[in-house]
Amino acid sequence: MAERASLKLIDTLVAAGGAPVASHRPWPRYVLDAAGWQKLVEGLGAAPHWALLDLWGEPDAVHAALYDESAQAIAVASLSCPDRRFPTLSAVRPAAGRMERAARDLFALDAHDAIDKRPWLDHGRWPVGGAHAKAPYNFLPVEGEGLHVIPVGPVHAGIIEPGHFRFTASGETVVRLEERLGYVHKGIEGLMAGKTPAEAARFAARVSGDSAVAHSLAFARAVEAALEAEPPPRAIWLRALMAELERIANHLGDFGAVCNDVAFTFIHAKCGELREHCLRAADQGFGHRLMMDCIVPGGVVRDLDPGAVGGLQALIAELKRDLPLLSQLYDAKASLQDRTVGTGRVTSDFVNRFAAGGFIGRATGRGFDARRHPGYAPYGDLAFDVPVLEDGDVNARVWIRIHEIEQSLKLLEQILAKLPAGPLAVELPARGGEGMAMVEGFRGEAICWVRLDAAGRVARARPRDPSWLQWPLLEAAILDNIVGDFPVCNKSFNCSYSGHDL
Amino acid sequence: MLRLLSRALLGGPVTEASPGPDPEGLSELARRLQGATRARLGRSLMIREVDAGSCNGCELELHALGNPVYDVERFGIRFVASPRHADVLLVTGPVTTNMAEALERTWRATPAPKWVVAVGDCAIDGGCFAGSYAVAGGVDKVVPVDLRIKGCPPRPRDVLAGLLALLETVEGRR
Repeated sequence: MAERASLKLIDTLVAAGGAPVASHRPWPRYVLDAAGWQKLVEGLGAAPHWALLDLWGEPDAVHAALYDESAQAIAVASLSCPDRRFPTLSAVRPAAGRMERAARDLFALDAHDAIDKRPWLDHGRWPVGGAHAKAPYNFLPVEGEGLHVIPVGPVHAGIIEPGHFRFTASGETVVRLEERLGYVHKGIEGLMAGKTPAEAARFAARVSGDSAVAHSLAFARAVEAALEAEPPPRAIWLRALMAELERIANHLGDFGAVCNDVAFTFIHAKCGELREHCLRAADQGFGHRLMMDCIVPGGVVRDLDPGAVGGLQALIAELKRDLPLLSQLYDAKASLQDRTVGTGRVTSDFVNRFAAGGFIGRATGRGFDARRHPGYAPYGDLAFDVPVLEDGDVNARVWIRIHEIEQSLKLLEQILAKLPAGPLAVELPARGGEGMAMVEGFRGEAICWVRLDAAGRVARARPRDPSWLQWPLLEAAILDNIVGDFPVCNKSFNCSYSGHDL
Repeated sequence: MLRLLSRALLGGPVTEASPGPDPEGLSELARRLQGATRARLGRSLMIREVDAGSCNGCELELHALGNPVYDVERFGIRFVASPRHADVLLVTGPVTTNMAEALERTWRATPAPKWVVAVGDCAIDGGCFAGSYAVAGGVDKVVPVDLRIKGCPPRPRDVLAGLLALLETVEGRR
């Protein structure tokens, strides 16, 4: 095992003949040939500590972003495939499966030896879609005595995003869940191409409405990496202020919603009120309740309204007063615990194989947090803990959220105390380059990869929502639970449909 | 729980006063509904929300309508689980080509008289996503729209004002 953990990602890519791309920052990108890609597949098979972060296509190339968890090193491996065929990574990293299916839908790239070659985002309805998506979709067959199938969606019963869930149940017990997503595919990557970074930022803010700050920040940092630009200190700190405010608001919403899904509405009502206060503080501070379009490549669009500092301090005081009462209440109610403890358990084996981040990973012993590793400013100057639990059930995911709110409140206090003065943005040069960034959103690590053309316009942008690595685990978490517990399991995950479908 | 409950009881309601019906919405509805439908709804509106491709921003703000600060149910407005129970379809997002049929089928499943409210800039005309290969356009490309509520996303207060305008109009036509 020690030998396996010592297998280094970057050494392997170099040994596989990878040619480094000079303009790719801050982490290296290596262009492999077919034999080199095969070595990558073998390496992934031998090195469980290499996490697949993302896989995406271009018209004649496929890219995989990887993270060596032992060496804490990130790298992108690319394969030029003019014949539009490439060997699959899904056999060694199951999370690659849906990404490869999406790459086929969007770029006609064929992972020729993959087992599952069904379309994913392409539902056979795009005017430019592929022939492979025109046939009716084949759900996986389920056979057995007394099994019945419950199809749900894409239009769900609540105020939620659309997606299709196909449950196979034996009595009340779920024996299989199969997800089908792609309903809210808007073509965001296509829309970002050809735009200036400032124009494209508008789409980054709308990758997933609840993560407007996280995706805006990932995109901005990727562009800044490509152009070797450094935003002013005040912008960096204001970005962190927004990010922590977004984290608190979302965690409050989900904490309440989980309780609501098991019919304990009091916490839901109280969390709804507190969340409203967060959004109002954001509105007062930055002029938008969800802080959309506040972060752009180069800095931030507007300064924190000086009158809003008092409101933020009042919010912090209110949350510090009420959150302990709510968490004690949550902990003390047998009717709540009965529904959340042991429900929707994800094993650490699955979490590690899929490299799932955010509260899903951290509730199952995987302590990854992008604010720590690879880390980015200003978090190196701030004191905070990354709470980790082991149980992997709905209850653990609720507690991670509660603890993360506590940590974010500490961060907000430090940020407000240390907020440096100065300008809000730097002018960006109009030139080419490739950049990548990873930031910790409320749901997990939001990643963005971007290539700018010589005029400084976006040639290709790839925002990756953490949901890509979390959605598949929901299928595993619901197994052997009752159908009636699906809403609470789903809410405890709260994966993004829009962020995944793009 | 006692501390929280007693504070809630002694502190009085956190619910804010009604914003009143949106005058712009009232005039748009008066135009749309002219002589069209006899309202039989009483002072209540059952709403089925349909996300036809949104980024989820509008959904977050529609959720906020149910919190104690806006408390939309005090007006007799409720979000229901099935289009078959609904008077109003509240639709968000640019309609993606992958959702167009689901939206149309949801509309067909809603009994008449029915109204469609397009919530947010994307629902009105596709917003920043208009022109994509994967986007059909605004909601009115797929189903007829009676009321439009601007914003990206609209503030809960604006949605509430729009819905109150709808309620007034429906009631006024009894």
